[in-house]
Amino acid sequence: MTVQIKTIDLEPKRHTFGHIARRMGEDKPVSRYLEATLDVQATDNFHYKPLWEPEFWHYDLGKSAVKMADWYKPLDPRQYYYATYNIARANMQQAVDRNFTFVEDRNLLGKASAAGRDALARGLLPLRHLHWGSNMNMSEACQRGYGTAVTAPCIFSAMDHLGMAQIISRTGLIMDGQTGTSLDAAKETWLNDPIWQETRRLIEDTFVERDWFHLYVAQALGVNAVLFGMMYRGADAAWGDAAMPVALLTEFMTDWLTEEGRWSDAVIKTVAAESDENKALISGWAKTWIGRATAAGKTLSAALLNDGGAAAEAAGAAALKKAASLGLAV
Amino acid sequence: MSQFASITLMQNDDARPVIESIIADNPGVRVLPFHGAVKLDCEGKITVNRASVEERLGRPWNLQEIHLVLISMAGNLDEDDDAFTLSWHH
Repeated sequence: MTVQIKTIDLEPKRHTFGHIARRMGEDKPVSRYLEATLDVQATDNFHYKPLWEPEFWHYDLGKSAVKMADWYKPLDPRQYYYATYNIARANMQQAVDRNFTFVEDRNLLGKASAAGRDALARGLLPLRHLHWGSNMNMSEACQRGYGTAVTAPCIFSAMDHLGMAQIISRTGLIMDGQTGTSLDAAKETWLNDPIWQETRRLIEDTFVERDWFHLYVAQALGVNAVLFGMMYRGADAAWGDAAMPVALLTEFMTDWLTEEGRWSDAVIKTVAAESDENKALISGWAKTWIGRATAAGKTLSAALLNDGGAAAEAAGAAALKKAASLGLAV
Repeated sequence: MSQFASITLMQNDDARPVIESIIADNPGVRVLPFHGAVKLDCEGKITVNRASVEERLGRPWNLQEIHLVLISMAGNLDEDDDAFTLSWHH
């Protein structure tokens, strides 16, 4: 007896979701990223108008002065949706844990001089409050923003800032023998030390910015590019003989700055290219916040690096150059 | 006599950016879809470029990752960090 094995070719009726196919113009398989992003946010049939802001609906195009015909145009070049984001961050977190183990096992921070440790206490640990403020800002951009393409990566970014604040907290806990006293002291420094007050004023001013894309530009080009850029890329000299362990412990931040920059640059570039009005608005915001961040950074770099503010000016100039390369008139 | 250089890849999410970049980078490529697999034939030579896959994938991509979705290939292989090329040297 012979057995004949037959195969039947079953063509699937659909290759993707209907709303994706309508957007792409044809029914073909697309990436999980696009399926998890395009047109996910609700646009119609909301039941109750928010009482706290009755001039707007929950998701409202009017919450920013910049206008986009399609808020799904500024896609994320990293193609992050929940799964890919978590996989990428889990890998980065593994490296963080390995670096912490390395530094703790060899007691690298304990072996650093008192001067190096004091510099960290004054210059690095208060950054956890700046990260917390950045977390607030990105959460705000997520909840007031429009379109999943932008708002989903915003909440990822908010979580990144929480994670980075934790990395700094863990660094403080290594320094104070897990008692938390260094973190209490860092909060006092953040609140009272004159070198931090311009930075604190800047981040607190961003908290009250109601235009979510304005806030996004302030955070991406002001806080991230200038302040975090200077502190994580240009401040090694400030930590003295603690610079090597700090470089290990803050490796996440330098990697993150590059990666986050790819996304925020793409978003700002796309939104600015939409119209001359957008370009003019964003250019103005970029100029204001890069200027303010540079001024605030100068106080920091003058005190921590003793360079008369040169590191902040370099970070500010780099941010302006980046803004110009995104098509902004700065 | 001309001969097809050919590569067969799985038909899944991981392979899709590779398939798309092969189609974009190799004019005249013949696409043969099978159950769970795609055979791509091209006259003389077929190339996978790292840069075009990365562009579609949105992250750095090591060319060796192609082996996770590679089923079969035909041709003499020439590979470096940037390109994976199959061709027939007569």
